[in-house]
Order: sequence, then structure tokens, then C-alpha cells
Amino acid sequence: MRAKIEIKDLNLYYGANHALKNVNMDIPPREIIAFIGPSGCGKSTLLKTINRMNDLIDGVNIQGSITLDGEDIYDKNVNTTLLRKKIGMVFQQPNPFPMSIYDNIAYGPRIHGIRKKAVLDEIVETSLKGAAIFNEVKDKLKKSALNLSGGQQQRLCIARALAVKPDVLLMDEPTSALDPISTLKIEELISELKKNYTVAIVTHNMQQAARIADNTAFFLTGEMVEMNRTDILFSRPADKRTEDYITGRFG
Amino acid sequence: MNNGICRKTTRISDYILKALIYLSAIISVGILICIIGYVAFRGIGSISWSFLSTVTSEINNTFGILGNIVNTLYIIIITLVIATPIGIGAAIYLTEYAKPGKTVRLIEFTTETLSGIPSIIYGLFGMVFFGKTLFLGTSILCGCLTLTIMVLPLIVRTTQEALRTVPEGYRTGALGMGAAKWYMIRTIILPSALPGIVTAIILSVGRIVGESAALLFTAGSGYYLPKALFSHIFKSGGTLTIQMYLSMERGEFDSAFGIAFVLVVIVLIINTLTKIITNKMKKGA
Repeated sequence: MRAKIEIKDLNLYYGANHALKNVNMDIPPREIIAFIGPSGCGKSTLLKTINRMNDLIDGVNIQGSITLDGEDIYDKNVNTTLLRKKIGMVFQQPNPFPMSIYDNIAYGPRIHGIRKKAVLDEIVETSLKGAAIFNEVKDKLKKSALNLSGGQQQRLCIARALAVKPDVLLMDEPTSALDPISTLKIEELISELKKNYTVAIVTHNMQQAARIADNTAFFLTGEMVEMNRTDILFSRPADKRTEDYITGRFG
Repeated sequence: MNNGICRKTTRISDYILKALIYLSAIISVGILICIIGYVAFRGIGSISWSFLSTVTSEINNTFGILGNIVNTLYIIIITLVIATPIGIGAAIYLTEYAKPGKTVRLIEFTTETLSGIPSIIYGLFGMVFFGKTLFLGTSILCGCLTLTIMVLPLIVRTTQEALRTVPEGYRTGALGMGAAKWYMIRTIILPSALPGIVTAIILSVGRIVGESAALLFTAGSGYYLPKALFSHIFKSGGTLTIQMYLSMERGEFDSAFGIAFVLVVIVLIINTLTKIITNKMKKGA
């Protein structure tokens, strides 16, 4: 099976700070990969590098390559609008825009020039259904998205990301600001999403990685220490540092 | 029992401080009410339909401030039409585009200083630069350009504050969806900052309405009604505040209080409208 995303010899510097060291990784399609590791280990940085959100930060220097379906995403001809259409992102804090539920979902499609109401209606409905929130909001699509609960807001943000029909979804600790019930719903949703999407999720919660991820990669101080099938990584870690982390000796 | 939790402790200093705080509140609100009350009491007698609807004229034997009301509207509208786009544009540049650093800090320091300059200095500059150098003479346009410079720092700074309060999550969210920067600013940032921007405009209206020193030698003290809508901007035109100043100078306190009352009412209307508009927009968000 060909990798959806290939990361080769990736090094990233924030000024003098060497934040990612020689990361090599193949992310297989239509599976969930979890990035785990202690704070500051580079897992979120790697995630943001995959859809070039790090471009926005001053003083970032990126070496090495990341390819999506064989295309180098750091090629100078790459249009980040189109890249981010293929690689959607969900953030740690639910961040619905201060507009109606409908307009939140339609935001992405509108960026890409879809204006017809019938088409947008259809996208809004399928996206909300895809994020398992349609039944809760179908009667209040014109109401402000800010009135939803935190868990609903996060599923709305997932729906918003799905609305542009991406191939890959990046999720940066999507449940860390949510209560356990909402977390459970989102985890179920993510497991459902892998039928159609490749999902990379950063999480602080090792149980979460164990519950939903097919593959897990462990990071420490900018290095990818180990990556394997999730059950193997958690039961028979190859590296001592991985073992120390997953058994709770630090982190 | 001495170690229970129900023992009442009374400290005299607490009471004194509390009393002082109440006193300060009463003084500040009281003064405001007294001034408005006194202005209304002295001014309301001068208010009549002819005072509001005619122009002072020896021939018709009328005494009124309609010309000044019209001039005030002219100056408010023209100044805002020029200053608002420039101010908002500058604020967007400073908060969203410019790389933080020396230049931005210098510009911010300059705008801050400019907003603290006594308005007579703007008047002097406007009279010499717009009036003499650009041959605008004493005209409404000359006054508007002068006031534009005066209110720009206010608009820039208030808009910047509004832009800064837009949550970072909106920016990353929109950019993460693939929105281009200007698209993001137009669709997310500006709408979220709108209440703040409206506040900036209202504050500017307040300053324009209250201004006299910067206008006396730039827009002048004309009180005639416009003969033509557009060419009026090249004529001398005094605002209500200028007219009030002239009345005071001549010792005509009745008409001065009448104008003062009209001004207070205008400011109250503007402030109430702002409250209503911003509340509506906040609810809509």
C-alpha cells in the first residue's frame, strides 16, 4: 500500500531552536495515526508542517521533504489554498466562526468559489451528517454557531473541515478542551472518518491513541523515537524511552 | 467562644474607604447631572422652532442656527468619509500585515502622541497647510481635512484594539481552511471587529462635534445655508460649537446655552444609537 504522506529527513528550526530532528515517516491512507509524546516534543509542530500552517510563523526554517500522493507540498509552485483544501485541520480549541452554523460549514466551499445555494445546502447537510451533528442542529442552521456546546462546536469544526472534501484530516488535540462524553463522541466520529479520510491526530492522552489509532508515533525532544502499529507500540515498544513514557515513568 | 467562625470583625478603615468610594461615585455622576440639568434649564428657553429652522438674518429679522446645524453635518460626514477608510486601512496594515518591530512601534508611538496633541495645533497646521499652501482658504473642506488628521489616530488606535481582540483561533481556523489572507480579513476579522470600528467612528463624531480650536481658523464661522450641495464645501462654515463660542464671546449667553442644549442632545442621541447598534451587532454575531 502506497503511503498517502511521506515525510523524508524533515528538519525544522524556529530560529535557533531545532524543533524537529530528521523525522522520517510514511502515513498510510485511510488509517488513523496518532502522534504522542510530552509537551514540546514537536508533535504539534509536525502536524502543522503537513499543511504548511508553520509558514505563517516568522523565523521558521524547514528542510527535507513532505509529499502528498507523491507531490512535494513545499514546492514553490504549491498553492496553499489548494493544499489546505486537500489537508484539512481541526484545532485544540473549538474555533467556530462568529456566524451561523450554515455559514460556518459553507465557509470553505465559498473560498473555493462555490456560490450556488442548492450545492451549498447539499454540502452543509452531508458535512454535518459526516460529523454526526446534523440531527442536533438541523433545525437551527441559521442560528449562531457560538451558542453550541463545546463538544458540538468541535464536531461543527470537523464538519467545516469535511465540507471542502479533503483527503487528509489533521487534528491537533481535538478533545483536550472537552468533557469525557463529548470526547467519546468525537473519538467514535474519528473512527468512522477513517473509512474515507486519512487522519493524523496529536494527543496527550495515551488511552485515546490506544483506543482509536491504527498507528502511533512517539516523539521526544523533536525526534521521532518510534512508530509502529498501535497495539505493538503499546505492548512491545522497541525503544526504552517509549516504554518509559507509556508506562508513565515520565511525561 | 472566641475561635468560632461567626465573630464579626469590623474595621473602621473599611468603612471609611467604602464611604470614600461611594462619595467619588456620587461626585462624578452628580457633576454630570448638574451640568446637563443646568444647560437644559438655561438653554431650553432659547429653543424654538425658528431658532432651529432659520438662519440669523437682519433682513428677515430671524435668529437661528440652521446654517450651523447643516455645517456640522457637512463636516461630520466629509471628515468621516475621508478618515474612516484611511484609519481602518492603516489599522489593518499595522495589526495584520506589518511585521512587528521598530517601524510598527514607531508608527504606534506617533499615533499615540498625535492623539494627545492640543487641537489648536492641528488648527494652526490646517490653516497654514490646507488653507494657504493648498489654497483652500477658510472653507469647510479645509476644516474637514484638518479634522481628518485629528481623528485619524483615534480611529487607527480604536480599530487596532478591536482587531487585536479577535480570537487567534478565527485566524488559524480560516487560514487552515485555505482562505487567503485578505479573504480571511474581509469575511472573519472585519465583521468580528465591527463593533469596535463603529465605536471608533462614534468617538470621532464626538470629537468633531465638540471641536472648536481646530476649526475656527480652518472652516471659519460662516452661518449661511448651502446654495449648492457640492460647492458649499469651499465656503466658510461654522459648526454649532463654533457658533456657541462666538455667542459666548459676544456675551449672548441665552443663545450659547440654547446651542449647548442642542449639542448635548445630539451627543446623547449619538451615544444611544451606538449602544443600540453595537448591541445588535453583538447579538448577530
